[in-house]
Amino acid sequence: MTPLLQVRDVAKFYGGRIGCTGVSFDLYPGEVMGIVGESGSGKSTLLNCLAGHLPPDDGQVIFDTRADGPVDTVTMSEPARRMLGRTDWAFVHQHAREGLRMGVSAGGNIGERLMAVGARHYGDIRHSAEDWLGRVEIDTGRIDDRPTQFSGGMQQRLQIARNLVTGPRLVFMDEPTGGLDVSVQARLLDLLRGLVREMGLSALIVTHDLAVVRLLADRLMVMKDGHVVETGLTDQVLDDPQHGYTQLLVSSVLQV
Amino acid sequence: MYVAVKGGERAIDNAHAWLAEERRGDLSVAELSIAQIREQLSLAVNRVMAEGSLFDPDLAALAIKQSRGDLIEAIFLIRAYRTTLPRFGMTRPVETGEMRCDRRISATFKDAPGGQVLGPTFDYTHRLLDFKLAAEGEPVPVPEAEGRAEPTPHITEFLADEDLIQTEPRDDTEPRDITRQPMSYPADRATRAQALTRGDEGFVLSLAYSTQRGYAKNHAFVGELRIGMVDVEMEIPELGFAIDIGEVQLTECETVNQFKGSKTEPPQFTRGYGLVFGQTERKAISMALVDRALRWEELGEDDKGAPAQDEEFVLSHCDNIQATGFLEHIKLPHYVDFQSELELVRKMRREAADAAAAREAAQ
Amino acid sequence: MSVMDEYNFAYIDEQTKRMIRRAILKGLAVPGYQVPFASREMPMPYGWGTGGVQVSAAALTPDDRLKVIDQGADDTTNAVSIRKFFERTAGVATTEETSEATIIQTRHRIPEVELTEDQILVYQVPIPEPLRFLEPRETETRKMHSLEEYGLMHVKLYEDISRHGNIATAFAYPVMVNDRYVMDPSPIPKFDNPKMEMAAVQLFGAGREQRIYAVPPWTKVVSLDFEDYPFDPSKADHPCDLCGAEDSYLDEVILDDAGNRMFVCSDTDYCRSRREAGHEGRLAAETMA
Repeated sequence: MTPLLQVRDVAKFYGGRIGCTGVSFDLYPGEVMGIVGESGSGKSTLLNCLAGHLPPDDGQVIFDTRADGPVDTVTMSEPARRMLGRTDWAFVHQHAREGLRMGVSAGGNIGERLMAVGARHYGDIRHSAEDWLGRVEIDTGRIDDRPTQFSGGMQQRLQIARNLVTGPRLVFMDEPTGGLDVSVQARLLDLLRGLVREMGLSALIVTHDLAVVRLLADRLMVMKDGHVVETGLTDQVLDDPQHGYTQLLVSSVLQV
Repeated sequence: MYVAVKGGERAIDNAHAWLAEERRGDLSVAELSIAQIREQLSLAVNRVMAEGSLFDPDLAALAIKQSRGDLIEAIFLIRAYRTTLPRFGMTRPVETGEMRCDRRISATFKDAPGGQVLGPTFDYTHRLLDFKLAAEGEPVPVPEAEGRAEPTPHITEFLADEDLIQTEPRDDTEPRDITRQPMSYPADRATRAQALTRGDEGFVLSLAYSTQRGYAKNHAFVGELRIGMVDVEMEIPELGFAIDIGEVQLTECETVNQFKGSKTEPPQFTRGYGLVFGQTERKAISMALVDRALRWEELGEDDKGAPAQDEEFVLSHCDNIQATGFLEHIKLPHYVDFQSELELVRKMRREAADAAAAREAAQ
Repeated sequence: MSVMDEYNFAYIDEQTKRMIRRAILKGLAVPGYQVPFASREMPMPYGWGTGGVQVSAAALTPDDRLKVIDQGADDTTNAVSIRKFFERTAGVATTEETSEATIIQTRHRIPEVELTEDQILVYQVPIPEPLRFLEPRETETRKMHSLEEYGLMHVKLYEDISRHGNIATAFAYPVMVNDRYVMDPSPIPKFDNPKMEMAAVQLFGAGREQRIYAVPPWTKVVSLDFEDYPFDPSKADHPCDLCGAEDSYLDEVILDDAGNRMFVCSDTDYCRSRREAGHEGRLAAETMA
């Protein structure tokens, strides 16, 4: 099987400082990979390089496109990369307000990606929006309300709906449960797990919260100071960490 | 009835005739001469030259007279005239270090070669109306001193000698001419400076003031403010060398701003720069502060989201001729647009009423 | 003859005209694309037609016959002012008859009479950027155009319908030109949008914003809409009270303190020629008096 995403020696530097370096891995269709590490470990930099938000200084990010097969997204044209960004790729930001249009209704937020790829039937767009509000457990009666009137958890669920409406094949998530209450986090994780399974999504999830990866990720990548220090199946890494840093990370979580 | 749009031509002619009469005012009062405006309202003349981007005191005075003292209208007249002028060539950059200073002050050093020269300033005057001016008076004799023979060095040079202030890399690329090329963003510093030097004094002043109040604060000191005459030189291809073609009065301001440095760079002062036609020091200082605020990216500072840091915002709104034209155009007839809005609002109200009636009927 | 003798034909110098013509040609080559041009300061205020005037000046030849309208009328103040400007600076013939004109400069209307391939229609444009009110930054909107990212434009229309039940844009209604660029047709009423697929050359000049754009003859111009909420070029549901026309765009005039109104063609030449041909509206007899 062709990997959906092949990452080869990706590096990003900020002046003399390493953002991330020497990162390589494959992600297969339907697979969820967690990227963990403390803040400053380079995991968010890596995610932004992979998603085309930051130009990496070195390496390849090869995506298996529907039309042309595997293509290096680092060197593809900006229009093509942006097209990926609104069709086959989705990006869930930690802060919902970065990923939502706060001045646009919930329905408009969900409909934007559909319209960006050519949907021109108001009734159909609205129907999809209602459907997706239901799937992320938001009352469809709130379709015309703006996200400013939503709670933090609802905003995050709306952001997910807005991203998944076009049926992307790869979802990038940056601390999707960060900043939410513990009870709200649990509900969101539950929802995400359901959607990932149901839609057969591939995903890359950056988080410092090991509970998130335990629940969602098939595989794990541990980062420290811009380098990958350990990879493996999630349970394996968490239950039997090999690298000293991973051991520290796991034990520090267990102490909490 | 149905007269509103008729007779436009006659109405315009009559309005203009009335305007001419109002401009002249009471005929029993002597008419202002261009020379009087040029000599006695010189700061107004300077502002019109600066924002009109044309150094010609007589034309500026004429514009002020024609515009009844509305300086933005006068600037507009100058700008419209300026566009029609042919271009014979480009002068050499003026050497402000060679300026014959009427005024030169520094807030950073108590004294320096060339000294502190107050010059003709309002500073330290008590702002009391001088009723003597209401009567015609004989001029009071003014003490005179010998001018300084040698050039007055720039204050920032003393800081630069010690490497305490950033050095501005010399750049000989020909700057874009914003009156001959469309603006595009991001703009380089030379382009920004052109827009600011002809920008509206009030707008640039307020932006500069906002930086002092914390919207992208950059702790400016007036390193030096100098006002005086500089020679304008032009290369004449036929001659093969440059000759003086005249002199212009300029106000130059260099601010010295804090910069804390970083791990790799030692702390150093940074600069803001303002250069404006005529004696226009409020504008020149304001320009220097805004110039400095716009350099946040180049100097590795944070984008604080302040208006004065926002190049596109500052440059696309600082021109008062663009601003006043677009603002005042809403006086023009908009019957057609308004009519289409009116129809739409009526239609939507009708539909809302129908829907309400249908709901009521259903109940 | 006049004080304007000292200026070049049509006021602007030839070099500047060539620069403007290059921008016009580029605009025609890429329909709907906003071409930056070094707009000059004109002797009338920005926002009062400086873009249209520069485009007209670059297009005018001594043999042209110029018509200038504002709100569809030849005798509104700004139309009079601009027509006078060209009479003085170019000495060209002027006309109020649409079919007689070779160049028509307009603000806010397209004439009712169908234009021909021998004519040029020059629009005055206040804000050329159709995305401006969704995104204020030029750097962003230019990128959106270059990448054809117009989803946001439809989000706006979606929001209109979800809130008002209708697309709540009555003028300056955005269009897609030649299946590529979303374009602002200038603040014409949406009633005029369908006329934009026409035989004449359409040129748009925005002086203050330094942009020129164009629609060549018979270029596809589609008003943005949804399949189930199609574009509706509606107008006041009345005939003209002076000439009886049922197909023309109407101005509403308040007649008295009681709020009585009459509806009259905004295109004054169209209305006049119909009345001369014997057509009469509801109030025709009274107004002749």
